[in-house]
Amino acid sequence: MRKEYLGIKKAEGPLIFIENVEDAVYGEIIEINVDGEPRTGKIVKIDKNFIVAQVFQGTSGISSVNTSVRFTGKPMEMAVSKDILGREFNGIGEPSDGGMPIYSKTKLNINGSPINPIARQYPRNYIQTGISTIDVLLTLIRGQKLPVFSGNGLTHKELAAQIVSQAKLSSSDENFGVCFAAIGITKDDGIFFRDRFSQAGSIENVVMFLNYADDPVAERLTAPRCTLTAAEYLAFHENMHILVVITDITNYCEGLREISSAKEEVPGRKGYPGYLYSDLSSLYERAGMIKNKKGSITFLPVLTMPNDDITHPIPDLTGYITEGQIVLSRRLDNSGILPSVNVLPSLSRLMKDGIGLNYTREDHPELANQLFSSYSKVQEIRSLAQIIGEDDLSEIDQLYMSFGRAFEEEFINQGFLENRDIEESLNIGWKVLSLLPKEEMDRVSDQIIEKYHRK
Amino acid sequence: MIKMNEGRIIYINGSVIKGSGMKNFKLREMVLAGENKLIGEVIGIDGEIATLQIYEETEGLKLKEVIIGLGAPLSLNLGPGLLGNIFDGIGRPLEMIYHQYGDFISEGIGLLSLDFQKLWKVTITADVGMIINEGSEFGWIQETSLVSHRMLVPPGVNGEIVFKSETEECRLDDILIKIKDDKNQIHEIKMYQKWPVRKKRPIRERLKITEPLITGQRILDVFFPIAKGGTVAIPGGFGTGKTITQHQLAKWSDADIIVYIGCGERGNEMTDVLEEFPGLIDPRSGKPIMERTVLIANTSNMPVAAREASIYTGITIAEYYRDMGYHVALMADSTSRWAEALREISGRLEEMPAEEGYPAYLPSRLSEFYERAGSAMTLGHKEGSITIIGAVSPAGGDFSEPVTENTKRYVNVFLALDKKLAYARHYPSINWLNSYSGYVKMLEGWYEQHAGEEIISLRGEMLQLLQEEASLQDIVQLVGEDVLPDFQRLIIEIARVLKVGFLQQNAFHKEDAFVPLEKQYEMLKIIDYLYKKAGRCIKEGIPISKVRNREIFDEVIKIKYNVPNNNLGMLQDIRKRIEDYYDDLLNKYSG
Repeated sequence: MRKEYLGIKKAEGPLIFIENVEDAVYGEIIEINVDGEPRTGKIVKIDKNFIVAQVFQGTSGISSVNTSVRFTGKPMEMAVSKDILGREFNGIGEPSDGGMPIYSKTKLNINGSPINPIARQYPRNYIQTGISTIDVLLTLIRGQKLPVFSGNGLTHKELAAQIVSQAKLSSSDENFGVCFAAIGITKDDGIFFRDRFSQAGSIENVVMFLNYADDPVAERLTAPRCTLTAAEYLAFHENMHILVVITDITNYCEGLREISSAKEEVPGRKGYPGYLYSDLSSLYERAGMIKNKKGSITFLPVLTMPNDDITHPIPDLTGYITEGQIVLSRRLDNSGILPSVNVLPSLSRLMKDGIGLNYTREDHPELANQLFSSYSKVQEIRSLAQIIGEDDLSEIDQLYMSFGRAFEEEFINQGFLENRDIEESLNIGWKVLSLLPKEEMDRVSDQIIEKYHRK
Repeated sequence: MIKMNEGRIIYINGSVIKGSGMKNFKLREMVLAGENKLIGEVIGIDGEIATLQIYEETEGLKLKEVIIGLGAPLSLNLGPGLLGNIFDGIGRPLEMIYHQYGDFISEGIGLLSLDFQKLWKVTITADVGMIINEGSEFGWIQETSLVSHRMLVPPGVNGEIVFKSETEECRLDDILIKIKDDKNQIHEIKMYQKWPVRKKRPIRERLKITEPLITGQRILDVFFPIAKGGTVAIPGGFGTGKTITQHQLAKWSDADIIVYIGCGERGNEMTDVLEEFPGLIDPRSGKPIMERTVLIANTSNMPVAAREASIYTGITIAEYYRDMGYHVALMADSTSRWAEALREISGRLEEMPAEEGYPAYLPSRLSEFYERAGSAMTLGHKEGSITIIGAVSPAGGDFSEPVTENTKRYVNVFLALDKKLAYARHYPSINWLNSYSGYVKMLEGWYEQHAGEEIISLRGEMLQLLQEEASLQDIVQLVGEDVLPDFQRLIIEIARVLKVGFLQQNAFHKEDAFVPLEKQYEMLKIIDYLYKKAGRCIKEGIPISKVRNREIFDEVIKIKYNVPNNNLGMLQDIRKRIEDYYDDLLNKYSG
C-alpha cells in the first residue's frame, strides 16, 4: 500500500504543490481526494522539497487541508480494445456517453513512443477526399500529417466534416475509421460534428474525444494524446486505416501556455513555452505508417490562426513539422467560394510520390504544377488591374483574368456536399486551364498538352 | 572493478534533472540515471549538486534513484560501419535498435554503437620497426565498394611499431598494431577510435580555399558557388524547399563523404532518404550514393537533449573522414531546431534569456560549430575538407530572428529561400537578389581554368540583368509592360528565359536533377547569345513583337529537358537556329 499525503502546500491555477514527498515518479498519475470528491492529476515537476502536479478536473475547491494525495506510480494509461469504435470519451479518456467503461488487458501509455525512422514506411497511397482543390493540388496521402490553417469564423468545421464523410481509400475492402478530438470547442460545435458524422453513416467507425470550452484546461493537453493512442491501437494492432481529425490545436496551445506560465517557466515567443515545437511534434509525428503493419494514421489537425496571421507561432511551428498545409482564405469565404481553400500558400509535400501514372492519372503532376503557376500569375495581373483598370490590360492578361475567375468559381467552388471523384476534378482543371492558350503552358510537356488541352 | 561515482536524483523537470552527492562528477561526464539507466551528461556543478541533461524520455524516473558516472565525456566509436548507416543523436545505430527493440524507440536501450561482431578484411600497410606518427595511415579497409576506410594512428600517439597483426579478417575490437612511444609505453591500436564529440579533432593546419563543391545545381554552381571547406546557410520559411535543396546537395554534390543530420525534423523525411538513396547512382563513380552517406536522425519527437548532441555527433564523424583525406559535406537540417533545443534546455536551467528566449551563448555555439568546417592539412599530411551546409528555419519566415542573424555572421554563402517563389512553384526557390556567395573571388581561378575563361564575367552580366529586371518589374506593377521601351521589354523577356530555363531546376526530372558544369555554362552562353542577337535587332528598330519569337524562346527554355547531359552537340543546332532567325530578321528589315 502506498502512502497517502494529507494536505498540500500550495494551489495555483491548474497546479498543486505537495511537500515532503519521499517517493515520486516523474509523469506518474496521482489520485487526489478533495473533501471526498475524487480527482486525478499528473506529476509535472519534482524538486527536492516539493512536487508539482497538474490536476485534470481543475483546482477549484482545493484548500491546503481538505485535500489528500495518493501516488499510483503509474504513467497515464488508457484501456483500449476494438470496442472504443463508436464511443465518446472526455479529455482524459473516460467514456462520456453514459456507456460502460472499456475493459481491456491492453493499456497504453498515452504519450506513446517515437517511431524508429527505420521502421517507418514512406507514405505513397492517396486518399480521395472528393474536394477538387485537395485532390488535384494538395493530394492527401495515407500516413501524412496535413493541417488546416483557418481563421476565426471561417468554414474549417464544415471542411473537416466534409473530409471525414467523403474520404475514400483507393481500394474499398480495407478497414477505415476516424478518431476525432475536439479541444476547447463549444457545445454547439460538438453537436454539429456528431450530426455530420451520423448523417454520413460513419458514427460506428468514429471514436470521439470531446473537451469542451468550459472543461478544465489540463484536459486539453491529454485529449489529443488519448486520441492518438486510440488511433495507434486501431492502426497498428487492428490493422485499420485511421484518419485523425483534431480541432482546434490553437486551444491546445493556449492550454499549454496557461500551464507553462503557472509553472513559472521562461517564455519563448508570444509567451508560449520554449518547448512548443517539441511538444507539438510529439503529437504530429505520431502519424505515419510502419513496415509490416497494415494500418496507417493520417492526421488532419485543424487550427485557427490568431488574427489570420500565418507567422503566428502556432501555425508557424506546425508548418515546420507537418507535411504541408491547407490554408483557408477569408476573401474566398466572404465571396461564397467554398470550401475556401487558398491554394497558393497551401502545399502537400508528399503528393509528388502518390500521384500520376499508376496512382491517379498521367497528367496529374503537370496539371497541378501548371494550375499553381498560372494562378499565381493571376495574382500579379490582378494587382496591376487594380491600378490601371482591367480594360487596359493586354489581351493575354485579360485571358488570365478570366482564367482566374473560372478557376475560383468552377474549380475551387463546389460547396460542402458535392463529392467529385478524381477524374472529374482533373477534367474541371483542364477545362478552366484551357481558357489560356497552349503557349502559356510552360509546365506541361507537349504530348500532355496535345492530349488534354481543349483548344 | 573500479568503484564508480554515484549520486541520487533530487529534481526532475523534463530533460533536465539534478542529483546530490555528486562532487566527484566532472563537467560533461556521461552518466546513467535511474533504474532504466537513461543516458545523460553533466552540464552544471554546484557543490555536491550536479545538473544533468538526459538524452532519453524522463517520464518514469524516480526521486532518489541512482545516478552512475561513467568517467568519460559523451564519445563516439569511430570506425568502419559508419557509412550507409543511420544513427540517433548520440550515435546509436537505429537499425540495431529496430532489430532488438521493434518499431518504437523506448528508453533504457543503453549505449549501442558500431557492430563489434562484423568481420572486416584488413590490409595493414605499415610494418614492424617503422616509426609512425599521429594521424598517419597504417592500413585500410574497403568499407563500401565506393569508399576505402583509411586506418589512422589516433592523435597523440607517436612511436615505433612493435607488433603487427597477421590476421586477415578482424573484428572492431581486435588489436591491429602496437606502437611503443618514447616513454616505452605500448599503445594498442584497434580498428576504431573513441572520440569525445564536443572536442574538435586536431589538424596540422588550415588550408586556403581553392576548389568549389560542384553540386549540379545551376543556381549554385554558376551564381552562388559553394567551396569545398566552406560554410553555407539556407534559411527559409516552411514550404520553401529547404529539405529538398539539402537532399539535392546530398545526392549530387561531388564530395567524397556525405554526413546528413536530420535534426529535429520529420520522421518521413529520413525514411524518404533511407528508401531513395540506395537506389540513386552517383553520376561520377557509378555506385549507389548511400555508400558514401552517413545519416544522423533525431526526428522532432525524439528527446530534445539528444537533438543538441546530434550536431556534434555529425561533425565528429565528418572530421574523422576528413582526417582520412576526404572531402566531406555535412548537411544539418535544421540548425534552428538545434538552437531551439539549446533554448529549451536553457529555459529548464532557468538561465537568464537573451533575445527571444535564446540563451546568450547561442552565437558562440553557432560559431564553434561553423568553425569546425574548413579545408585542412591533416596530422597525417593529407588534404581534406569539411563543408557545412546548415538549413535555418526562421520563425515566421522572418530573417531578422536571432538564429538567422547570428548564422549570417559566420557563413560565407547565404542562400535565401523565398516564399513568393515557392508559392509560384519556382524551385529551387533561392532568391537571386538576396543570396550571396563570398567564394566567387576565391574560386575565380578554378572556374576560369576548368569551366571557361568567360564564365565569371558572364555570371556578373546575368546577375546584373536580373537586378535590372527586378527594378523594371516594379514599374510594370504600376503601369503595365506595354509602356516600356522595347529594349527594356527585351530585358524582361530574357530574364524570363533565364528564370524559367536556367534558374528553375526540376529535382524530379531525370535530365535536370543533376547538370554537369559544362552544360550549365553552355546553356548560359546560349541565353547570352540570344540576348545579344535579339538586342541587335531591337537596336535596328525592329519591334519586340517580332524579336520575341515564341518558338525560339521556348526552345531555349526547354534546353534543360530536351538536350541530354551527354549530348551537348545538340546545342550547336539551337545556336544555329537563333543565328539564322535573327540574321534573317535583320536582312528583312534593313533590306
